[in-house]
Amino acid sequence: MTTIAPDAESLAVLEAGFDAAVAADERIEPRDWMPDAYRASLVRQIAQHAHSEIIGMQPEANWITRAPSLRRKAILMAKVQDEAGHGLYLYSAAETLGVGRDELLGKLHSGRQKYSSIFNYPTLTWADVGAIGWLVDGAAITNQVPLCRCSYGPYARAMVRVCKEESFHQRQGYELLLALSRGTDAQHAMAQDAVDRWWWPSLMMFGPPDDESAHSARSMAWKIKRHSNDELRQRFVDICVPQAESLGLTLPDPDLTWDEQRGHWNFGPIDWDEFREVLKGNGPCNEQRINQRRRAHEDGAWVRDAAAAYAAKHGEGNR
Amino acid sequence: MKPAPTAATPAATSTAAPAPAGSPARDVAAAAPALALGDDALVLSHRLGEWAGHAPVLEEEVALANIALDLLGQARVLLSLVGDEDELAYLREERSFRNCQLVEQPNGDFAHTIARQLYFSTYQELLYGQLAVGDGPLAPLAAKAVKEVAYHRDHAEQWTLRLGDGTQESHERIQRGLDALWRFTGELFEPVTGLDLDLTALHDDWITRIASVLTRATLTVPQGASRGAWTAGAGRQGLHTESFGRMLAEMQHLHRSHPGATW
Repeated sequence: MTTIAPDAESLAVLEAGFDAAVAADERIEPRDWMPDAYRASLVRQIAQHAHSEIIGMQPEANWITRAPSLRRKAILMAKVQDEAGHGLYLYSAAETLGVGRDELLGKLHSGRQKYSSIFNYPTLTWADVGAIGWLVDGAAITNQVPLCRCSYGPYARAMVRVCKEESFHQRQGYELLLALSRGTDAQHAMAQDAVDRWWWPSLMMFGPPDDESAHSARSMAWKIKRHSNDELRQRFVDICVPQAESLGLTLPDPDLTWDEQRGHWNFGPIDWDEFREVLKGNGPCNEQRINQRRRAHEDGAWVRDAAAAYAAKHGEGNR
Repeated sequence: MKPAPTAATPAATSTAAPAPAGSPARDVAAAAPALALGDDALVLSHRLGEWAGHAPVLEEEVALANIALDLLGQARVLLSLVGDEDELAYLREERSFRNCQLVEQPNGDFAHTIARQLYFSTYQELLYGQLAVGDGPLAPLAAKAVKEVAYHRDHAEQWTLRLGDGTQESHERIQRGLDALWRFTGELFEPVTGLDLDLTALHDDWITRIASVLTRATLTVPQGASRGAWTAGAGRQGLHTESFGRMLAEMQHLHRSHPGATW
């Protein structure tokens, strides 16, 4: 990180260089100069993304021990493991901006940084594992594919790998729901119930409407973000409607109609009060999720201390 | 609806594998050992899966899941030599499982889990090493699995060193785990029907390796009995410890709640 503050004139030159690089779709790399606000905005977004990966392990890990076949169990364990791996890449991407994992975890545990609100909903049946894969991972991919072209190099590159794995996650969710939908009546009902519960929260994952989104405009100018919340939400709805039909499941929105003129599906109003309430901490699992995360971290403190003490005695990297 | 396989085997002395009704063992000679080793892998994989979301550091989320996945892969190959993998995993009663008692022991703290990993992965590496050089029906699986298990053993050893020679607290915790689990280690060296093994060599090598790691980790090789005093039998005879039934109840309940369904 730069430690010597540039004078006003050279600052203007640096800013002009940065703006030109962003305008030309060039990647900003860790050693390049960048405005403080750009750095802060990226740290906020990457940290929230990393936190979402590790908190997001919980609702699915909830079903590992009850997975109904060994094949499904293997797939689910691999998926939850991938999420831990995504957390690792993303914390590493944040490190390139000068913020360590411990600092970010501290902010997560104390509530100063957030994770995606979707993980504050509970996984009540096995079908929820499928609905999370199909809808939640589907929405995440819609959000994340454009991030592969994000102006910040390390984040963009991490997203290429994350998106490949997410696309596998989404397919397994779809395939899991398809098996249930075509299974016994009880299995079909389980799948429909899960989709009924996860559909609206998934639409909320794209964030507030464009005119209420706090960070959108600036992030788009910096090419951290490439499309608006509402554009991405519409894209997601357009993808899901025909997929739901193939699944033999219905989406819980009586207002879904094809709009010939727009060439898009119209959908009903989103309950933004629920969104704000869950964001504020009043969702069904906010407390449970953060408590489990804190407990795992606190219970593990003596293990991390032991590893550090051993490294100090035997020299770093000595196996 | 799938027929439920034979339930409990009341006579605790027989080591014969219960072939599930309607799915006769595909290879009779391999069935008994495949069931024992398959159940070991299945049950330990399940226990390690319980760590997901609770590990002390993110890297261990990845590592423990990796080991659990390797073991689950081994279990699926082994159980498929005996019958339908899901019938065997989800529709047998506790008394029909042939895993050793060590692998079913609850996770405890991280040190307890590492002690269990050290004992078991060291055993499994030596066991698969012997099977891999033989010409028995399990040789191909063993040849592949021994490479995976070498990593599991390395992982357990590295942590044993760090916990043993880390802080006072970690030293005490790992020693406690090693001591508590010691009495489940004797069973690993009981003969398994259909497994042609040099058990003396297996036991000697195991003790040598364990003692070497524990010494390097400034820990003590436990001195107590390596098996319980109850002579009724142990895991390989379908006799398990109390927590195992609860583990199976959780593992099997969804599958059993929807008889005949496919997933």
